[in-house]
Amino acid sequence: MTVTVLLFASYAEKLGKSSIPLEVAHGATVGDVLTSLQRLPGAARLPTEPLVAVNERYARRDHVLASGDEVAIIPPVAGG
Amino acid sequence: MRSAIVERTIDAATLIAEVASATNGATLLFLGTVRETNDGRDVSGMDYTAYRGMAERELADIVREASSRFETADIVVEHRLGTLGLGETSVAIAVAHPHRGKAYDANRYIIEELKKRVPIWKLEHYVDGTREWVAADGSKRAPQGEASVLKSEARAEP
Repeated sequence: MTVTVLLFASYAEKLGKSSIPLEVAHGATVGDVLTSLQRLPGAARLPTEPLVAVNERYARRDHVLASGDEVAIIPPVAGG
Repeated sequence: MRSAIVERTIDAATLIAEVASATNGATLLFLGTVRETNDGRDVSGMDYTAYRGMAERELADIVREASSRFETADIVVEHRLGTLGLGETSVAIAVAHPHRGKAYDANRYIIEELKKRVPIWKLEHYVDGTREWVAADGSKRAPQGEASVLKSEARAEP
């Protein structure tokens, strides 16, 4: 199945893109997506334990994904 | 009760007018503005970007939590995106309540939670022509842990 990985701000700059379609196994978790991401060029510069949101809600590493989910890697927020 | 992510100038007077009424003895306004120095460097401006849909939802959640905890529906929050100059308002939080104590508490709660949870980032422009993403809460301190944000989520009220 495919999920869409979204990158923002400094993370988007590090990987040179803001959206990545990623093929993962059925039953894959947020943690599995992070492991797959580490193989991409530039990903070594991402933190190993970033904040993640699935479909616009903060999610834990063991969150099980569904096809079409939007998995956002959230840099440290700095609003205000 | 209203919250919005906007790409225009924030008009503080409009926010105050939305929350103030004769039932409220206290009306408070917080403005976050672009400061001319950060970590000893001269700042010339700031670009604000967001994960727009999530930022809107998260901000709405925070306003609902504040309303429930501090017992007032008279809350309006706007956060601006785009390029802002020195002194311009990036965020405005207006809260009115019959009594000042809870008005202050609600206003403080909203800005602190916003800074922890709402996915907005700022790219600082310096007078020397360089630019840098601000790490967290306006400083270069270590990023927040995942645990603190997920804990905030967990204690969110229905």
